[in-house]
Amino acid sequence: MSDRVIAPFEGFGLGLRPPHYAEFLERDVPVDFVEVISENFMVRGGRPLHILDAVRERHPVAMHGVSMSIGSADGVKPDYLRRLKTLVDRVDPLWVSDHLCWTGLEGFNSHDLLPLPYTEEAMDVVCANIARVQEVLERPILLENPSSYLTFADDEMSEHAFMARMCEATGCSLLLDINNIYVSGTNHGFDPAAYIAGVPVERVRQIHLAGHSQGKDLLIDTHDQPVPDPVWALYETACRRFGPVATMIERDDDIPPLSEMLAELDIARARASRMERAA
Amino acid sequence: MSLLAIQRGLRDHILAGGGDRPAGVAPSGEAGLAVYRRAYRAQLVACLRDTFEHTWSWLGDDGFDAAALSHIAARPPGGWTLDAYSEDFSQTLAGLYPDDPEVAELAWLDWSLRRAFDGPDADPITTEALARVDWESAALTLSPTLTIGAVATNSAAIWGALAEGQAPPAVERLPAPAAIRVWRQGLSPQYRTIDAFEQLALAMALDGCGFARLCEQLAGPDDAERVIARMGGLLGAWLHDGLICGVRA
Ligand SMILES: [Fe+2]
Repeated sequence: MSDRVIAPFEGFGLGLRPPHYAEFLERDVPVDFVEVISENFMVRGGRPLHILDAVRERHPVAMHGVSMSIGSADGVKPDYLRRLKTLVDRVDPLWVSDHLCWTGLEGFNSHDLLPLPYTEEAMDVVCANIARVQEVLERPILLENPSSYLTFADDEMSEHAFMARMCEATGCSLLLDINNIYVSGTNHGFDPAAYIAGVPVERVRQIHLAGHSQGKDLLIDTHDQPVPDPVWALYETACRRFGPVATMIERDDDIPPLSEMLAELDIARARASRMERAA
Repeated sequence: MSLLAIQRGLRDHILAGGGDRPAGVAPSGEAGLAVYRRAYRAQLVACLRDTFEHTWSWLGDDGFDAAALSHIAARPPGGWTLDAYSEDFSQTLAGLYPDDPEVAELAWLDWSLRRAFDGPDADPITTEALARVDWESAALTLSPTLTIGAVATNSAAIWGALAEGQAPPAVERLPAPAAIRVWRQGLSPQYRTIDAFEQLALAMALDGCGFARLCEQLAGPDDAERVIARMGGLLGAWLHDGLICGVRA
């Protein structure tokens, strides 16, 4: 396991998305950090890396991936890790995160975040995979709680209990997605506030806020809406428990102008500071 | 039940697009299974639409999505990048549209330009650097983003019109065999239609063939002069387009 620790960092950021590239290059956007999707920049050259280098000159960057597949029973792919490490060396990010899920197996990649059973065996697999990743990247990683749409008959523990033990065993930290807690809580009938109360305070290094949609039977994590009221309320609960944590808003579809995203980020700032004053 | 067995079950269920609830999934998971089955296909279709934007507008939503779904069914993605997956899409289209070669050609162009967009960086050489070259022994190093594809139709003109938001011309068969070269100049992907002579010259140069031998092989028994003049013209065009990134002695 890596001995390195993640340096303290707080603040409010946004995901770097193509419709906002030009503005990020032209002016000093008032964010404390930006988050990039790692895979979009795991390329050999051209405009993506040119943009990333320019943005990196102005802002601290957090790297967020979607393809690590930390829960695959057949392990993490070495070629993926090599390419990720190349990008890590180039960016020198605040931290590197991915999702507590699996995306593929035995030569198949779904390109989706598939759910894991929370069992002792899955714990062993996930912890071994995290150890391997942290060895290659030479740093601890952050893992994010996904939105999920089904559970498993053999589940032996809650998601937050699984994450707490996983952090303890591997030294990794957490990216807590408040919207995902709300979506999964609604879909599976657990209390989001109780979930937050079970998350180890010292492990939470970043928070995601986002919107979702009502599907036929389930809430779906669509990232195409503003942050809705119940997610804001849960964010306040999180702020009370975790104190100041780097927070950002994720928007991946129907992306509004940057000014709207910044206004939404101001709401997060206001809510967080109100909770801090109340604490 | 082992994690491996659970993951294989869920994978097979998603790939099959339906069927019994996989072992290990809680009975309440039926609606969730439908979400994952849909998301898998929707995500890949969206990704193909993004990469093959102008092929999509040429075929329309229904035609494109049907082709995308048939590609997804025939060839589930393997790697963490969708590169190889996208590369094979023009072959799927060639199979689906055997009498409309422009469809696969448009897809090849969409894909090649996308690949050139984030392909390796390389600095082109200047005219001055060429002045000192000993052409007897020299070989050209071409841009690492350069790819060449043979075309039978005016697909380049169709693609160009679609990219400009204009009404595309009708499909026409080209009177003679031709090709398109795709590369990146600075940060901008480029394409140009070329004739069979230039296609062969570029293919030989990419193969590592030295410049003098290249001219020799391209020349017939009695047109050496003409070929050398032609190659001089091509060198100028390649230099202008930023295609030459080095000269090996
Ligand atoms: Fe998230």
